[in-house]
Amino acid sequence: MTAWPPGSLTARPGAAPWRRMLATQTAAELKLVLRNGEQVLLSLIIPLGLLVLLVTVPFIRVDGPRADFFVPGVLALAIMSTAFTGQAIGVGFERQYGVLKRLGATPLPRAVLLSAKTLAVLAVEVLQVALLCLTGLLLGWEPTGSVLAVAALVVLGTAAFSGLGLLLGGTLRGLTTLAAANLVWFVLLVLGGVLFPLSAFGGAEPVLSLLPTAALSTGLREVLSAGEAPWREVVALTGWAVASLAAASRAFRWE
Amino acid sequence: MGGPYAGAVTEPALQVAGLEKRYAGRAVVDDLTFRARTATVLALLGPNGAGKTTTVEICEGFRTADSGEVRVLGLPPKDPSLRARVGVMPQTGGAYPGLRAGEMLRLVASFAATPLDPAELLERLGLDRVAGTAYRRLSGGQQQRLSLALAVVGRPELVFLDEPTAGLDPQARHATWELIEALRRDGVSVVLTTHLLEEAERLADDVVIVDAGRVVAAGSVRELTSTGAAGQLRFAGPPALDLAALLLELPAGCTATESPPGQYVITGAVDPQLLASVTAWCAGRGALARDLRVETRSLEDVFLDLTGRELRS
Repeated sequence: MTAWPPGSLTARPGAAPWRRMLATQTAAELKLVLRNGEQVLLSLIIPLGLLVLLVTVPFIRVDGPRADFFVPGVLALAIMSTAFTGQAIGVGFERQYGVLKRLGATPLPRAVLLSAKTLAVLAVEVLQVALLCLTGLLLGWEPTGSVLAVAALVVLGTAAFSGLGLLLGGTLRGLTTLAAANLVWFVLLVLGGVLFPLSAFGGAEPVLSLLPTAALSTGLREVLSAGEAPWREVVALTGWAVASLAAASRAFRWE
Repeated sequence: MGGPYAGAVTEPALQVAGLEKRYAGRAVVDDLTFRARTATVLALLGPNGAGKTTTVEICEGFRTADSGEVRVLGLPPKDPSLRARVGVMPQTGGAYPGLRAGEMLRLVASFAATPLDPAELLERLGLDRVAGTAYRRLSGGQQQRLSLALAVVGRPELVFLDEPTAGLDPQARHATWELIEALRRDGVSVVLTTHLLEEAERLADDVVIVDAGRVVAAGSVRELTSTGAAGQLRFAGPPALDLAALLLELPAGCTATESPPGQYVITGAVDPQLLASVTAWCAGRGALARDLRVETRSLEDVFLDLTGRELRS
């Protein structure tokens, strides 16, 4: 047999430059997200469908222009879907299938792996925000406010949701993560100021407003509809981000 | 250092000393000591549940030992610099279910400075036709071979293979064995676990037989199969040959008996030299040794002697 010429397998160990690893790993993460039908449904189709439905069919009463209320809410929902639900489920199954363990035995540093996941999440979010904003504009939405403030809220919300997603997906089994992440998604959809104004919950409003989804949706609404600076929400989201990322980095299990 | 492998000639690829690992108070690995020489194949052989995978996973840095010392290429197992120098094939899984076989291999290849050509690797392992198939749709044997490819694509100095041929059909098993033999030929050290005696016998320079977390025997295949009442040489000839005279020609420790008359049994380390001595001695007496039969102890006999003849789950 001449299948393996002499010297063809001689050791030549060495890690690739980290930029190359980051590029290929990010591309792989993006491919996985966009190929996963359930994730595309959760991240793109459901938010888009909800937005059109909520703005055009007046079955939930809100004060002021409908788009002004629902576009920021659905943006918060979309970011939660990608950074929290999608990431938690993805990581949960990657652990269960031994993918993270295997990657841990390659030269890919953990920091590069997590950066690649973050970049993939941000790339999907850019797509989501673009599609949702465009749809909102077509439905007559007239936003105001600072793009910088929006970006800050999105980045902080992403950090908070990623921390929570990694905490969940990094500690539970794949199917348990799937169930828990979808349940949390649904609860926060209802209680997070996406479908209903928080004032609908009466005395619970001050507490609910601290939930990450509520902080993100309210903050986006303050900026985009009223042009106000969302300080309270920035503080809440920063708190969630710090606490969840710290907890995730302590509790995360790679297999 | 005179190059990346200057120290490798004298230093073992893997050293394990007094290794212990307990789960819930039960010792899974119990005072395990062995070493793997550079550029050789070492097989950890043992029944299921013997502690082979736990041992390998400690060496790979996935688990932490309770006590004992492990040096992989002279370094502690969790040393980050080892990740580029050591290839790992876990027992199961280890790929994104949604990536295609070729994509997964190219991804891991992209982490290495000078990887093997993924396309060539796929072809040689018979995976070129499924390069575009998602990992989750590959057969078990194809997943195993991809996992092997992932372990070697970065051109490591040392490869850990946990049950590399479990569940493979004969062709795939031979492709795997050829790759392992080529790795050794090219100076790569291989540590594999197996419960297949045939595999250890064919591939391994050294075998460590593990049972209940302990080393029960270690050595080269030849050493293991030639110890104790290792082999027998039987032949028929004229009755009443002078066996005392024959024994003088043979290495110490051999025995010779005649029973019934004309039927002879020589025991000892049966090797080509012994066979030649016996037949030459007979020829010197004008005696024809007929029905000559060599019975060596197979690794299987050794293994079953040491680990018990009963099947355990």
